[in-house]
Amino acid sequence: MVFFAAVVAHFAVAVLALIGLRRRPVIAACAGLVVLAGTALVVVTQAIGATSAPRKTIEWLPLLGFNFTFQVDGFAVVMALLVSLLGFGVLAYSIAYFEHDATFTRFVGLFMAFAGSMTGLVLAEDLFTMFIFWELTSVWSFLLIGLHDKSEVARRSAVRALLTTGAGGLCMLVGIGLLQNQFGTTSFAQLREAAPTGKMASVAASLLLLGAFTKSAQFPFHFWLPGAMAAPTPVSAYLHSATMVKAGIVLLARTAPIFGDTGVWRWWVVLAGVITMLIGGWRALRETDAKLVLAHSTVSQLGLLTVLFGIGSPYATYAGVAHLVAHAIFKAGLFLGVGVIDHELGTRDVSKIGAARRSVPVSVVAIGACLLSMAGIIPLFGFATKEKALVALLDAEFGLVGSIALWGIVAGSVFSVAYSVRLLHALVRTPNDSASNDEHHAHHEASALVRTTLAAPVVVAAVVSLGFGFAASTVGSWLVSPSSALDVKAVSKLALWPGINDALLISLVVIAIGAVIGWKAPLEDNSAQQPQGERVFDAVYDATIAGAKRITAVIQPGSLPIYVGVTLLLVSIAPLSATFVDGFGSLSGLTSGTALEASVSIIAIVLALGVAVLQSRFTGAMFLGGVGYAIAALFALRGAPDLAVTQLLVETLTIVVFLLALRAMTRITTRPVARFPQITRMFIAATVGIAIPLLALAARDARTAPSASQEYFARSVDEAGGRNVVNVILVDFRGFDTMGEIVVLAIAALGVANLVRAAEQHRRAAISVKEVAGS
Amino acid sequence: MIKSKILEELIDRWLTKVGTLVAIFITFRGHNAPGGGFAGGLILGAVFVLQYLAGQQPTIRRKPILNPERLLGLGLLLALVTTATPLFVGGAPLESYIWSITLPQIGKVKIVSSTFFDFGVFFVVVAVVLMVLTFLGTRGGAISHEPTDGAG
Repeated sequence: MVFFAAVVAHFAVAVLALIGLRRRPVIAACAGLVVLAGTALVVVTQAIGATSAPRKTIEWLPLLGFNFTFQVDGFAVVMALLVSLLGFGVLAYSIAYFEHDATFTRFVGLFMAFAGSMTGLVLAEDLFTMFIFWELTSVWSFLLIGLHDKSEVARRSAVRALLTTGAGGLCMLVGIGLLQNQFGTTSFAQLREAAPTGKMASVAASLLLLGAFTKSAQFPFHFWLPGAMAAPTPVSAYLHSATMVKAGIVLLARTAPIFGDTGVWRWWVVLAGVITMLIGGWRALRETDAKLVLAHSTVSQLGLLTVLFGIGSPYATYAGVAHLVAHAIFKAGLFLGVGVIDHELGTRDVSKIGAARRSVPVSVVAIGACLLSMAGIIPLFGFATKEKALVALLDAEFGLVGSIALWGIVAGSVFSVAYSVRLLHALVRTPNDSASNDEHHAHHEASALVRTTLAAPVVVAAVVSLGFGFAASTVGSWLVSPSSALDVKAVSKLALWPGINDALLISLVVIAIGAVIGWKAPLEDNSAQQPQGERVFDAVYDATIAGAKRITAVIQPGSLPIYVGVTLLLVSIAPLSATFVDGFGSLSGLTSGTALEASVSIIAIVLALGVAVLQSRFTGAMFLGGVGYAIAALFALRGAPDLAVTQLLVETLTIVVFLLALRAMTRITTRPVARFPQITRMFIAATVGIAIPLLALAARDARTAPSASQEYFARSVDEAGGRNVVNVILVDFRGFDTMGEIVVLAIAALGVANLVRAAEQHRRAAISVKEVAGS
Repeated sequence: MIKSKILEELIDRWLTKVGTLVAIFITFRGHNAPGGGFAGGLILGAVFVLQYLAGQQPTIRRKPILNPERLLGLGLLLALVTTATPLFVGGAPLESYIWSITLPQIGKVKIVSSTFFDFGVFFVVVAVVLMVLTFLGTRGGAISHEPTDGAG
């Protein structure tokens, strides 16, 4: 199906950019543009005229009920269009933005991989499918935030974002598992039919919410998003405002009809959304970096969307879809616009960006339009959607929760007007120190083409915000299909001029208060304090790392005697305790050996005692070899020639290896400092010596099924064409074991080689240091 | 180190050749009688140990074996390919295929696919012995006391 092909095409371009076209990233970017435009085209053509939503399932693990299911309903169409069209604009912008930047290749590859994952995420009709793409977007986001991997800040922010969203993702996975287990399906439609209620549904819903909240930076996980602004502007504009952070909203939108009426859902969603809206708004008023202002405003707006989608009233859902579209457009435009100013002036400080008015007037006007849309000023699109949100919440009847949501949104709107106006103020104000900026200006003299490419997406975003505002009723009718895909009752309309009603009056008050606050808000205020959430995260993170180091130091002391002692004791304690519970094995048959066997055993015992008593390592190694030969003789006497031959050869080579290794060790001159006193070591030795024979005896008596060798004897010649059953077992019946063993052998050999090489390098380095010092 | 010329000659002329033959024979014969890749590999390994103890570098036909790691890889690859090949013709991993062919002068020969696996084991074992000899035998030990490496 074309949708799978479209998603795969994104990844193909990503691979091409990262591997095939490393030196020509612009070509890869152009291929990416084609794929993004193609995807938008495919989505539109498939959606238009389709009577029912196209749906396709690819089976992955059908027995577990894990399948990839895509369904292109109205909501998926809108989201996919946002992903691919915004992707198109941002990628085109980035070609100019990354001019002369060596990281562009990596950017293009990761960007396309992200766009593909995000497209998959929004098309998913199944929690499990969504989860796969969800985690992929987390990974790409991590890599993109850390695009400039030399920067400590970027790396730390990337780790914060990854761990936060990753932890949420794991919670979500548990939630999905619970649902799958309880209701036998992870499909949204089937879950909706199952109408989960009860404790299990509440737990699962809460876990899913944790996933959504971490991804969409909702309180208390809101801290990672401003940190993610360490990424280059196109990344921030695309991932961290328009698309990826909407993944949590998409999940809310898809699951609210399923869980909306489970007890915890509405409270969780409304409280988290309202708190996030207020915290984000407050911080946006205080930041001095224009990009961080936008980041906090994104957090705030995501809070608004969370409330709208999560509360579960049909009108609110409709308003949510509308505002989601409006936000994606104006916020992408704003981020890219700030990028233009940054590119031009070399600063994003709100007290200085006023200088951009002279150098890039068109972009500044476009940014202004986007700001007005964010503030919700008529006639921009943001006005129509914000009005709808207020109307929807005024109409909703959810009691106390509904009131909290309504007044939360009103307060949040005051903030959003205020920070928008503050940025407007920064843009129209003439900065005090324009001299220092001229210097920067000379550095950033870019070609006309580059400047046009940079400005174009900003202007497009502004024009669309304005155009959608004027055509609000038409756009509103387009949004009916998406919102009714989420909730059949969510049919409504938008209007540029809704007439005088409660919502409009509230808006007027909000705008008036917000404008005053925003205009008066200081631009230079610098509360250069790390945000609380970030500090808490860092404290937890550092404590975890420190704790892990401490635990590692305890269980990995680097002492061979301790390792061997602990291992041997554990190996003995398990069978010993088992024999005490189940009874000892019978001793019958122990005396059935011949005199020859008995004498060989005695030789082995004497040699073993010698190993323990002897002081010289060389002699000890020889005695140990002697024990091995005696065992080989026992094997031969008991009719196991294969074992005997192998044991003999291994023993011979082991002695040689021993001697080779011992040769390099210093001679024992004094008694070694023992970690364990003599008595402890004797105790360990005795325990092993008693436990292992007991285990062998018990194992012999514990047989419940006929010996496996009978079956092997029967099948050996026919199926494996061999008469030596031992060998047939090794290479055929239990060949996998042998495969594993030779791999272990190979790893051990490589380990020896590398240890010796490392020691050799160390020695050479020491010698060369000495030589330098000597000369 | 053994510094006897006669012993050196003996090892070089006879033991190496006979030992190698025996090792391969044991590996082949393993399917029907005691032996197999593990034992065969250890026998060839013992031959190299003898060469080493005689103060020589491990050689095959007087050519020193320079890169045991490559032999290691070859062995693993051979075993892996034998394991995986039945998958592509619709069998289970490591499933044995038996072919009987008649060769002129020799007669009927039965070939079992698992023999290739056994030779994979053989190569891995030989390579491991060689690596231990190369790395524990020449570095960090007695030879490294000499001023330059590999001079002996």
